[in-house]
Amino acid sequence: MSSVRVLVETRKGAFIIEADGKRSNWTISGPHFGGWEMYHLKGSLADPNRIYASQSSSWFGQTMQRSSDGGRTWETVGNKFVYDGVPGTHQWYDGTPHPWEFKRVWHLEPSLTDPATVYAGVEDAALFRSSDAGHTWTELAGLRGHGTGPKWQPGAGGMCLHTILLDPTNPQRMYIAISAAGAFRSDDGGANWKPINQGLHSQFLPDPTAEVGHCVHRIAMSRARPNVLFMQKHWDVLRSDNSGDSWQEVSGNLPTDFGFVIDVHAHEPDTIYVIPIKSESEHYPPDGKLRVYRSRSGGNEWEPLTKGLPQENCYVNVLRDAMAVDSLDSCGVYFGTTGGQVYASADAGDSWTAIARDLPAVLSVEVQTLP
Amino acid sequence: MIRVVLPAHLRTLARSASEVTIEVDGPVTQRSIIDALEARYPPLHGTVRDYNTGQRRPFVRFFACGEDLSHESPEAPLPQAVATGQEPFLIVGAIAGGWC
Repeated sequence: MSSVRVLVETRKGAFIIEADGKRSNWTISGPHFGGWEMYHLKGSLADPNRIYASQSSSWFGQTMQRSSDGGRTWETVGNKFVYDGVPGTHQWYDGTPHPWEFKRVWHLEPSLTDPATVYAGVEDAALFRSSDAGHTWTELAGLRGHGTGPKWQPGAGGMCLHTILLDPTNPQRMYIAISAAGAFRSDDGGANWKPINQGLHSQFLPDPTAEVGHCVHRIAMSRARPNVLFMQKHWDVLRSDNSGDSWQEVSGNLPTDFGFVIDVHAHEPDTIYVIPIKSESEHYPPDGKLRVYRSRSGGNEWEPLTKGLPQENCYVNVLRDAMAVDSLDSCGVYFGTTGGQVYASADAGDSWTAIARDLPAVLSVEVQTLP
Repeated sequence: MIRVVLPAHLRTLARSASEVTIEVDGPVTQRSIIDALEARYPPLHGTVRDYNTGQRRPFVRFFACGEDLSHESPEAPLPQAVATGQEPFLIVGAIAGGWC
């Protein structure tokens, strides 16, 4: 019988929550790396027992871990992230030039086909790749080098490259997103990049429709239809039907279109999920009600999903990498909160159960569907 | 033989006891101690000193013999009591580090 392994990363360690395909009885192991900030864990599709982990602390910087047995044991691997050439400057919060400084790894994306290849999105924003299972890392410098870097600036969480999407139908095509620079696409395996932000509108920019500078919080794609992308921007939910060449707003009837997460149903490419957050100055759900919103039409028409979720006095946040879906027949949806709860739905969002309640603040959630 | 006391996070990373011993060739300085420590415990690479700058991380401090040596030159000789193993060299996480 299939099973699922939920990888939960928190401010104070990682937790692994597992269940069989019924997804009704859950076991939790952890904390793994107790006391460390675990920004992201992700397993390889090509070898599900291969998991990469980003481990960091404000005292001791960035370290990297790798498991070859599904998270039971771990090996420390390479943590030398050195920018290619002279890093140059980006904008600081006040618009003045500020030198690029490596801080941490936000997101890990294993190759879809090779368990030894993995990409790392880092702060200050850059993309690195390892082809030796995490021992050494090389910057894909074409991203920072294409010329707009001096216009990038940090969002509230830092200037982070937080999203990496690999096109399952085209090994040369990949997407990344940066707060606050925007979304970018490569069509040559990461050597060269172009901004794909046409249609984005951001009031905090002097030119609200600028080519770069947008605070993209997350982008998502359906593996079954990878030319269609969905985006949760600082404000606005958007959709692109042409691999990011242009975007249209699909916020529709959402109570607020500020938020962090967005994800796509594993089998229905037009079914998408967001969690509206009240505003940039109030990082909690509107009216104290934790509601996932689902659109079955690829945006614009949204329905609140509330069954099993707190509908009063709830003031948690759900961060950008803290939602994931499994690929079982009835798609499972998972998300974690800054209050330490992890919610799971085994029925595509119709109902929810807390599979963990009292963890440290959740930074990210990933799910592996195991045979 | 040099005695080095590690903070909890680095102990777990190195899979070591609180106090470890290392051998240092030549002058006993902050730099030679950290070089030897990283050679003996590779997972500690980059955790005490920033990879890119080679500088002590801002939330890391070095104590020995009841003194704060954090701001001494990395090349300055450490007290004889450290060099002879009579006193340990302490790597300490600053009180301000970490998340609540």
